[in-house]
Amino acid sequence: MILGLYNYWVVVVLMMTGFYIVIAQGNLIKKIVGLNIFQTSVFILYISMAKVEGGSAPILTDGISQYSNPLPHVLILTAIVVGIATTSLGLALAVRIKEAYGSIEEDEIQDRDNKEC
Amino acid sequence: MLVQHLPVLQVIVPLMAAPACLMLRRSSLAWLFSLIVSGTTFLISAVLLQQVMTSGTIIYELGGWSAPWGIEYRIDELNSYLLLIISAISTVILLAAHTSIEKEIPKDRHTFFYVLYLLSLAGMLGIVATGDAFNVFVFLEISSLSAYSLISLGKDRRSLWASYQYLIMGTIGATFILIGIGLMYQMTGTLNMEDLAKRLPEVAHTRTVFAAFAFFIVGVCLKLALFPLHLWMPNAYAYAPSIVTAFFAATSTKVAIYLLIRFTFSIFGLSFSFTTLPLQTIFLTLGLLGIFSASIAAIYQKNVKHLLAYSSVAQIGYMIVGYSISTTAGLMATLLHLFNHALMKGALFLALGAVMFRIGSTQLRDFQGLGRQMPITMAAIVVGGLSLIGVPLTVGFISKWYLVLAAIENGWWPIAALILLGSLLAIVYVWRIVEAAYFKEPSIDREPIKEAPLTFLVPVWILVTANIYFGVDTRLSVQVAQAASQSLFGVSP
Amino acid sequence: MKDLFAVVMLLGIYGLLSASFFVSMDAVDVAFTEASVGAGISTLLMLTTITMVGRYEHAARHKPTLALAVILITGALLIYGTLDMPYFGSPHAPANLHVAPQYLNDAVPGLNNSKQEVGVPNVVTAVLASYRGFDTFGEAAVIFTAGVGVLALLSVVRRPEEDAEIDAINDSMHQQHLILRIVIKILIPFIFLFALYVQFHGDYGPGGGFQAGVIFAVAIILYAMLFGLSTARRVINQSLIQILAAVGVLIYGSVGLVSILNGGNFLDYSALSSDPVAGQHLGILVIELGVGITVTSVMLIIFFNFAGRRENRRVSGSVTGNNSKNSSATKAAR
Repeated sequence: MILGLYNYWVVVVLMMTGFYIVIAQGNLIKKIVGLNIFQTSVFILYISMAKVEGGSAPILTDGISQYSNPLPHVLILTAIVVGIATTSLGLALAVRIKEAYGSIEEDEIQDRDNKEC
Repeated sequence: MLVQHLPVLQVIVPLMAAPACLMLRRSSLAWLFSLIVSGTTFLISAVLLQQVMTSGTIIYELGGWSAPWGIEYRIDELNSYLLLIISAISTVILLAAHTSIEKEIPKDRHTFFYVLYLLSLAGMLGIVATGDAFNVFVFLEISSLSAYSLISLGKDRRSLWASYQYLIMGTIGATFILIGIGLMYQMTGTLNMEDLAKRLPEVAHTRTVFAAFAFFIVGVCLKLALFPLHLWMPNAYAYAPSIVTAFFAATSTKVAIYLLIRFTFSIFGLSFSFTTLPLQTIFLTLGLLGIFSASIAAIYQKNVKHLLAYSSVAQIGYMIVGYSISTTAGLMATLLHLFNHALMKGALFLALGAVMFRIGSTQLRDFQGLGRQMPITMAAIVVGGLSLIGVPLTVGFISKWYLVLAAIENGWWPIAALILLGSLLAIVYVWRIVEAAYFKEPSIDREPIKEAPLTFLVPVWILVTANIYFGVDTRLSVQVAQAASQSLFGVSP
Repeated sequence: MKDLFAVVMLLGIYGLLSASFFVSMDAVDVAFTEASVGAGISTLLMLTTITMVGRYEHAARHKPTLALAVILITGALLIYGTLDMPYFGSPHAPANLHVAPQYLNDAVPGLNNSKQEVGVPNVVTAVLASYRGFDTFGEAAVIFTAGVGVLALLSVVRRPEEDAEIDAINDSMHQQHLILRIVIKILIPFIFLFALYVQFHGDYGPGGGFQAGVIFAVAIILYAMLFGLSTARRVINQSLIQILAAVGVLIYGSVGLVSILNGGNFLDYSALSSDPVAGQHLGILVIELGVGITVTSVMLIIFFNFAGRRENRRVSGSVTGNNSKNSSATKAAR
């Protein structure tokens, strides 16, 4: 059983690393990096679902009869694009925040906000 | 012939109008265009609702492929009800947009505002109309990304920070939903909602499906702003441009609640959803906690926008409590409140937008004396506030009535009492606004303020009148909510 | 790790490793996209951002206990969930038995009793562009949204006086990179050619609109990096790119509308021509083109706006102070 599942467990560890970075780090850029790692690991999870033992890439060619599952590939292609869209928006926000607050550390930003109220 | 394509046109019209809008550089032209598009989506949704109520669920196969090999749109009572709410609110709010953003957003950004608004509208409509789980994710991202951008257009620099926080939390939620969908796919091999509903029961006992369910629910609750995952909401609503707040307060959380209901009732099935996890207890507790903590937080706010944002968190708590009652009556109360809250908060935030336009601030102390200087706008806020409390003759009363009724029917007397207690708290925070506006002298000497321009007054009073009208003549909302609730209970095992 | 530059580089390597992992998992299209988008564009954007926000992280003192608790619970839940999963690579997993086989049977003519519905050997493209074409439409809309969002956040109104200053700075900088400039000038046409190949060959091999769009954009970005943004702007007009981004999405949607006018449902390519399979080929070709155009334009919009913002800051002086409450765009433009 372990041999059949360890692959997923590794992915889970990757996911949790990314997730941890998002919640625990204060630097805005690092948070986005964590988000990226988190999302990429989810992609790896999907793709490992699609693999068929002894299959090949789902491009139909003569002589090959066993293919891997193409549906998760399609989903992940979409998800990658969504990921880059989110990343670029997040980075744009980080740039603007730096200009407006002078810092991209979460605690410094919150300090400045609290001082105003 | 056009009629059979309405389900897809509902989403395609705003989705394609958005890039077209990018090419319109003049602000007024972009506004007019968006208004026409939004009005068209409203008409389409009205026709769809009527069709569904008379002839039943409509199915539309995209690309001509039948499900589960292709994506299908499946419009039933619940969908069309939500489509109507979203498109109606969007159109009414757009009426005031042109004037409102003049003072809140730099001129060169106006076109982008309208493009993002249309994308947000299309995204929300797309989430509601679709019958395919992954399609939900794609349109969820469209609406979320446009929301992050729209919120960041606010004048105050805190809008940037609020938008960033929303981006992080929202993306975590969306990724959780993605994980949930992936696990569901792994165990059933399909993404179509109807097909999932058929295939999940055989694998429902597996731990993977349990994990899928858990991840999906948590992801949706992040988008829902359910306590304690609501942290992004008050700041995001408070610092966004007024039109954006009005639009999102009335629509975006409703869509998340729709997703919750759709997945737990139609896909996972009622018995699975409520027995695997003690969902009833969890949601009941969290809903009640949300109502009380948010209402109390609202009382202490110094900025009216923050106040109303916390009030929204509380109102979502009410909807979740109704959902947790998990009877036809309870679900009907939740669905009714979806409609009514949209009207209430839409009116309130739009009126706030008028105040913002005239005095440039929404701090409570700047409200002092406003009752005399902007009488029509303040009257609208008072009616909205009464609706929030649940005074008879307003829609708020109808929702609370059905909610309490559902609780009592289920034998949950203490819950009914708590719901009424929540209303008492609402009286306190609404009173704070009324007191400042009518019973206090203006705190600073400033030139006399004129009443808000017509472009604000007309949509605000459309919504306020709707508040009262649907509080008296409840046929439309109650009928549809009841039909939707009953069909959902009939579908699940 | 305090050096954000190192962090970003490692992220790029992570993306590249994932791409190679995808290849070994037989997901060639995905690997292609991940390599170009995840390891390419994403790293580029992050580096540009770092030059604007600061390379080093300030030390922060926070107790990570709550965060650790959350991820332990989430991780445990996930591992719990994996215990019942079908084993890795199992051909009998429900996912491989239900919807997917139909897609695989489709494209091969005369195999058993499968009818040729789409007729495209790259099954991923067939599913992406035809069976689930609406998802891809949504995806084009997502990337378009991101482009407009970045425009709304970062676009700067340029004044002609600033242009001369910027040109001077750029020219002096770029004289130093003579070798790079010559090499790039030779390479760019080949990169374009490759992008076109990927775009139109996506039916038969890995590739398609997204990957092609990114490669196309990268070629232009290379040019802009080495020859100066203002030169690049003279070649590629900014408003043209915005219009192109919109046009790409509209092309996609129009194909769907034409299908409706021809009597089918939205995005039903079989209605596009008298022979359904030819219609499918035509439909896929046009929508991939639409996607390619949108992706190229949006990537360019994002890059030009990030880089343009940075340029503007250098010219207009030091970073706006902590007390700024106004939108920096208006300030920079004044």
